[in-house]
Amino acid sequence: MTTTGPARLEAADDPVSPGPTSEIAIVVDGSEIRGLAGQTIAGVLLAAGRQSWRTTARQGRPRGVFCGIGVCFDCLVTVNGLRDVRACQRHAADGDEVSTDA
Amino acid sequence: MPEVLIIGAGPAGLAAATAARRAGARVVVLDAAEDVGGQYWRHLPQQRPAGREEVLHHGWERFTGLRRELTGVEIVTGAQVWLAERHDGRPPTVHILVGPADGADRVRRVFDPGALVLATGAYERTLPFPGWDLPGVFTAGAAQALAKSERVAVGRRVLVAGAGPFLLPVASSLIRTGARVVGVLEAGGWSRLGRAWTARPTELLSASHKAGELAGYARDLVRHRVPYRVATGVIAAHGHDRVEEVTVARLDAQWAPVPGTSRRVAVDAVCVGHGFVPRSELAVAAGCQTGPDGTVVVDADCRSSVPGVFAAGEITGIGGADLALAEGTIAGTVAAGAAPTSAQRRDVLVYQRFATRLSDGHGIRPGWAEWLADDTLICRCEEVTAGELRDIAAATGSRGLRSLKLSTRAGLGVCQGRVCGRSVEELLDRTTGGLLDPGRTANRPLAGLVRLGELARTQGDPS
Repeated sequence: MTTTGPARLEAADDPVSPGPTSEIAIVVDGSEIRGLAGQTIAGVLLAAGRQSWRTTARQGRPRGVFCGIGVCFDCLVTVNGLRDVRACQRHAADGDEVSTDA
Repeated sequence: MPEVLIIGAGPAGLAAATAARRAGARVVVLDAAEDVGGQYWRHLPQQRPAGREEVLHHGWERFTGLRRELTGVEIVTGAQVWLAERHDGRPPTVHILVGPADGADRVRRVFDPGALVLATGAYERTLPFPGWDLPGVFTAGAAQALAKSERVAVGRRVLVAGAGPFLLPVASSLIRTGARVVGVLEAGGWSRLGRAWTARPTELLSASHKAGELAGYARDLVRHRVPYRVATGVIAAHGHDRVEEVTVARLDAQWAPVPGTSRRVAVDAVCVGHGFVPRSELAVAAGCQTGPDGTVVVDADCRSSVPGVFAAGEITGIGGADLALAEGTIAGTVAAGAAPTSAQRRDVLVYQRFATRLSDGHGIRPGWAEWLADDTLICRCEEVTAGELRDIAAATGSRGLRSLKLSTRAGLGVCQGRVCGRSVEELLDRTTGGLLDPGRTANRPLAGLVRLGELARTQGDPS
């Protein structure tokens, strides 16, 4: 486990006491990333330590989540072939194929 | 057809729904999220329910109480309102798509309600600064949303900065999600904060649980030795492809950085929010009159200027959840044809005074433009810099916001100016010596992202 960047709090350490849930797996640019049922795609990516997954058109700069509530469109990904899906709004489904342009 | 249609299931919308239901109306509530609660009561998803959700929420029992009262109300979640079709003298026709966010096969529904309550809330305003486009720079609201609904901390070593009491619950949530918060920086200075929060102390007594809530966050900061600094802000973020350090400086009363006070702080995430912008595009589309600050103008019954259209919560003025609850109760009651009690009306007045303190103490000051460099991005979508804005304004000699947006492309990207609109407007207003057509950034005919294929399909379900 890295010691920098975003991370999901393990249920055992969590004062909120999240209930048990099933694991899911999504495929991001060909690599499998595991997450929990009910997470958004952005949540799965951040919990895996990914901070950015898109590159801007003009300056080629990396982008990930900025507003987290569906307003800024920085976190766009392609899901199962459908472009321009906000990763912070779309709930991840087991087996989703996600591609980024990063 | 519903007698009362409510858009938004946060505090204002839920209070409106339960009030309208109690008054005997048929009620439908729409929300874009997968669950009710809004941003304020965002929580872990149904697939992973929390045993102790109240750890992250003040007033959680108020939410569970409202949720229990929703029996008999139709709740449509995953509902993206994409068009409010204006009519003269009555509520608009509301067009929605229901299904996974930004999906291609969502189900169309259309509503022609007897009364419409807009409770669409607000989103955060983050002022631009050099490096704010680096990954690892988040709005404070993003940190809050990810903590509450994903149990994800945006970083391990996090600085929270900006303006307003909202920074405190964000810091608390980060701490309770496993992050180390290295500081909370408030741009307002003690003299201004003191004037705003100590004036008329008896008023605060009637909103005493509000003061208790803030004291709870303050205790969290003390317990975890998190420094809280006023008259201080983040004026730059540094790093190659992610934030590694930020520059922190003292700010004067106008929020301009004080020379010689800047220092670097190592972080892996920084969460910045300077206030909130009402999410008023549906109100504007419906024809409702708005004030100079973009809020929807309402009377004491929460009626907008369009007959049958009501507005409650943050879109009528940024004032927090308690004011939103109080206004939602009035709006739902009147929309259902009943009369609010005098106690319900008094609640609104009590919490409106709290909102006044908020803007007096923490409202944005113009000195922020001093921390911009020529190459600082202002519009994140179209990657337009502060220098480009100034140069193009000077080269064209235009004082028209509409034409300057077209020539600079600032505010024309996919977020439709939601993130940068007000900052672009303020900078251009100063550069040009005064815009001829200010306040145009909230005018968005389509309220949400819609795919052309979805529009072309005719599987409408007029309900």
